[in-house]
Amino acid sequence: MERGLKMQKVSFSFVGRGILEEFDLCLEPGVNRTILGMSGVGKTTILKLLLGLLKPDSGRIVIDGTDVAKISEREFIRLRKKIAIVFQGSALFDSMTVGENVGYRLLEERELSESEIEKIVLEKLSMLGLEHAIDHYPAELSGGMKKRVAVARALAADPEYVLFDEPTTGLDPIGVYNIQRLILMLQEQGKTTLMVTHDLETAYAVSERFSFLHERRLLFDGPKDDFAKADIPAVQEFLKPTEQSLFRFDSE
Amino acid sequence: MKITLIEDKAKECFWEIQAYFMLAGRAVRKMFAPPWYYREFITQLDKIGVGSLFIIILTGLFTGMVMALQGLIQMKPFAATTYVGSVVGITMVKELGPVLSSLMVVGRVGSAITAELGTMVVTEQVDAMVVEGTDVVKRLVTPRLKAILIAMPLLTVITDAVALVGGYLIATGYQISFTLYWKSIPQFLVFQDLVEGCVKPLVFGFILCMMGCYVGLNTRGGAEGVGAAAKRTVVLASVLILVTDFFMSKIFVAFR
Repeated sequence: MERGLKMQKVSFSFVGRGILEEFDLCLEPGVNRTILGMSGVGKTTILKLLLGLLKPDSGRIVIDGTDVAKISEREFIRLRKKIAIVFQGSALFDSMTVGENVGYRLLEERELSESEIEKIVLEKLSMLGLEHAIDHYPAELSGGMKKRVAVARALAADPEYVLFDEPTTGLDPIGVYNIQRLILMLQEQGKTTLMVTHDLETAYAVSERFSFLHERRLLFDGPKDDFAKADIPAVQEFLKPTEQSLFRFDSE
Repeated sequence: MKITLIEDKAKECFWEIQAYFMLAGRAVRKMFAPPWYYREFITQLDKIGVGSLFIIILTGLFTGMVMALQGLIQMKPFAATTYVGSVVGITMVKELGPVLSSLMVVGRVGSAITAELGTMVVTEQVDAMVVEGTDVVKRLVTPRLKAILIAMPLLTVITDAVALVGGYLIATGYQISFTLYWKSIPQFLVFQDLVEGCVKPLVFGFILCMMGCYVGLNTRGGAEGVGAAAKRTVVLASVLILVTDFFMSKIFVAFR
């Protein structure tokens, strides 16, 4: 079986506006990747397409050798257990406590006893230094703590792939550092990570390969060390914005 | 150009109606299959049923009082004031009880359902649920629907009962005795009226719950979108309840 997450010639549009055009992406197990690009270019859309939250207009999405368009919803739910995501705004369920958020998937699956679930929840929370917050509600947590709870929730079902949507947005330098350490720790545990961000510092800290998305297409795909050397004007402008780039992307 | 615009609007409207009925169909189907989400169901029953009691009692009391007051004034020249109990009873049980209680619940609960689900959509909580393997209809819609289907007829019965008490309070001021007031009610109220008075809130409850859930789950555009969605639920569900009431009354009249 061919492992990894693949997008092959995927096109996607929203309300008549093209977001992605014949987009290709391959996330091999063990190779951590970051997708870079300006805000609003469609980076989050890529993650949502991989998770089946959005349906592509054309093209194939393949998870560990299985074309998701050819399987039933139930089979897709089973397959999706291999993937977890940390949303940009954490997306914690605000009517539930931290403990219930982290154990949510396990509680839904009803395969483990409550004491087993509680053990896993405590293990994940203590891994992230959050065991004291188990009975708190999301509204009582800081932005950085919410992000860490979201990571704990993502890890509860032991996924193979962890997707991060702008994980450092809105965090202070210490929060950013914590998230970087966390992602590296997951990679050491054998998880494959895919991150979308425009935070270059974090991208360089946690990824081996970069993809650069610009105007619906992938302009760069390769090792991170080659990114800065790429002879692509949009990449150079992204790395070193000039007076000419002021408001240009907004108007586009 | 204009024709295309009308065509597009008509298509969009048709698509929305289709999506609404598809969601309603899925919700009904999933009501009879596990998991049951007991805790969520009890929470919703408390929020919808117990939470609406105060407003429902006020509505029933003042509607019954004003109906009795107006009825007594109109009936006095005909010396028919002894029938005020049956006037309040029939009007409340058949029409005003189900409609007014449903409109009150639309304002209080329908908008709250939309705001709650809409906020979950715009903050990606619904996406997170899907990723975690949850059937969103089963988890978010079905417990609310079950709770409303149980609460709505009960709330309507309470509205009717309180309205009758309110009517009696006014009737005492017109020297109508306890016995006279209460004995006049069953004289004109038949069994079919009671059935009508219980079936209507069931249907209205279904409409308002599904509208709240449908609009909530299709909310777009942040906080402003949530506000607009809540307003949309109240307007659409209220109009739909009034229109449905007319057609249901026609059907009940036809079978009388």
